[in-house]
Amino acid sequence: MAGPLSDHTPEGSGGYRGLVGALLLPTWIAIGVFLVLPVALMAVYSVLTKEFRGGVDWQFSLAAYDQFFLNRGLFGDEPPVLEWTYIAIFLRSIWQALLATVFCLLIGFPTAWFIATRPAASRGIWLFLITIPYWVNLLIRTVSLKFLIRDNGPLNEALIGIGLIDSPLPLVNTNLAVQLGLFYSYLPFMVLPIYAAVERYNFALSEAAADLYASRWVTLREIVLPIVRPGIVAGCLLVFIPSLGAFLAPDLLGGAKTFMIGSLIDEQFKGSLGNWPFGAAVSMILMTLVMIALLVYARSAAKGEAA
Amino acid sequence: MKGVRHYPGFLGMTILCLVVLYAPLLVIMAYSFNGSTSITSWGGFSLRWYAEVFNGPESERFGQAAWNSLTIAVIAATVATAIATAAAVAMVRGGRFRGRGATFALINLPLMVPEIVTAVATLIFFSMIGLTTGYLTVLVAHVTFCIPFAYLPISARLQGIEDQYEQAARDLYATRWQAFRLILLPLLAPGVISGFLLAFIISLDDFIITNFVKGAGMETLPTAIFGSVKQGIKPNIMAISTLMLIVSILFVTLSYLINRKGRRSPQPPTPS
Repeated sequence: MAGPLSDHTPEGSGGYRGLVGALLLPTWIAIGVFLVLPVALMAVYSVLTKEFRGGVDWQFSLAAYDQFFLNRGLFGDEPPVLEWTYIAIFLRSIWQALLATVFCLLIGFPTAWFIATRPAASRGIWLFLITIPYWVNLLIRTVSLKFLIRDNGPLNEALIGIGLIDSPLPLVNTNLAVQLGLFYSYLPFMVLPIYAAVERYNFALSEAAADLYASRWVTLREIVLPIVRPGIVAGCLLVFIPSLGAFLAPDLLGGAKTFMIGSLIDEQFKGSLGNWPFGAAVSMILMTLVMIALLVYARSAAKGEAA
Repeated sequence: MKGVRHYPGFLGMTILCLVVLYAPLLVIMAYSFNGSTSITSWGGFSLRWYAEVFNGPESERFGQAAWNSLTIAVIAATVATAIATAAAVAMVRGGRFRGRGATFALINLPLMVPEIVTAVATLIFFSMIGLTTGYLTVLVAHVTFCIPFAYLPISARLQGIEDQYEQAARDLYATRWQAFRLILLPLLAPGVISGFLLAFIISLDDFIITNFVKGAGMETLPTAIFGSVKQGIKPNIMAISTLMLIVSILFVTLSYLINRKGRRSPQPPTPS
């Protein structure tokens, strides 16, 4: 799987050379007007003044960013100190997304490897089995997971039934449940790019390493991992980015203590308690983080291709 | 050589992966056939919750939501597929042109911007131009984020079709439109159908963006289900979820089979 930022489309023939503008116009309008322009407007909204019924006053103000980063005391007259409330929510979200990514990698890599080493005929079926859950409604998957792991749910009943535990494990509303939800939501994203990388791996290299008395695990660490690294990096990114801004898993499986960026943004647009400029500012900060991650990835991918 | 490909424990991890992915879905499917009113105890096999989905007190609300979801998915997927087909033809058959790289980035932009950010931006945009949020705003938002999903299989398919068939048609005095309609489009069909099906499922699946731009009073199935599970997971929700699950799996299987069939016969049938 090519990285999300690299265009490997061959330029091909020019049979439709004269029509390019007309053919691309609908795309430019659809995405330009209904995505690029809205994101630009969002940037503008983040530096406007909050209106109390939800919405904005067209009055320049940095209050939203000020609220995010600085604490000026209850009445706003104290010298500003760094405000930790929202930074803590971001750090927690990054931490949760990182843990979900690590879990996905630990399970996803062996799975991808196993599938890529099946006979060619059965690989398609295995891959299909991995991708099906991705196409099932994310909300339904999250609700199903909540049903499975809730206090009186089938998982706890089964564990008590076989005598592993005496009282139900309180899983719902914990960090663990949120990580499990993120892991479950995005696991296929980890498997697919790693699979694509392992499928292209030349196993003669492993055989050469084995001939030189390297053990399996040494070969994995020294030979395989460096070669399939681009697939691993792409998989990690595809899990990390959606996890960072996830809304459903933290909202349904977590509680007040597991509040993440998605819920913070969502709150700003709900009813009269909301704060549109602040919501727009938080969205801008989230998008900046994601863009930085993508740029770092694109640069490392470009370096990998040059090497 | 099996030796170097085999790592002990990797099969176990794969099975664990599949168990994690499927266990919640299988459990909710099983419990949707539970005859008991309580979701904790098993009361024998029954279809009562499916009956309730279609006749129960909430059936009207969910029926309306299902209708909205379905019509939005059909219209959004159709429009997005048409836009994506045109874009794929320009990108793959348009030769080198200025702004090609930028256009490629633009097509993929909906995949890169976090969903919740798209949701916020779209809400702000519609509120600023003064469009009342509702069916139309949801539809427009869905068309936009469906484009890259429709584009991927179409452009992948188009890259595998050599342009000599269209050239031959043009040499035999077919107009450009005839060459497209009679030669390229039939060859491209598996990609177009696959793109449509993926866009359809993506539209049906969406919760976050829809929830932001739907406004009050308008519901799609995911937003209606979300509203309902806030008060606890009821058995009729499990029945609806199972039905949606089956629809999704059916569509993905269809898309997979069409794509596979398309890949097996990449060449056009020999003219008789």
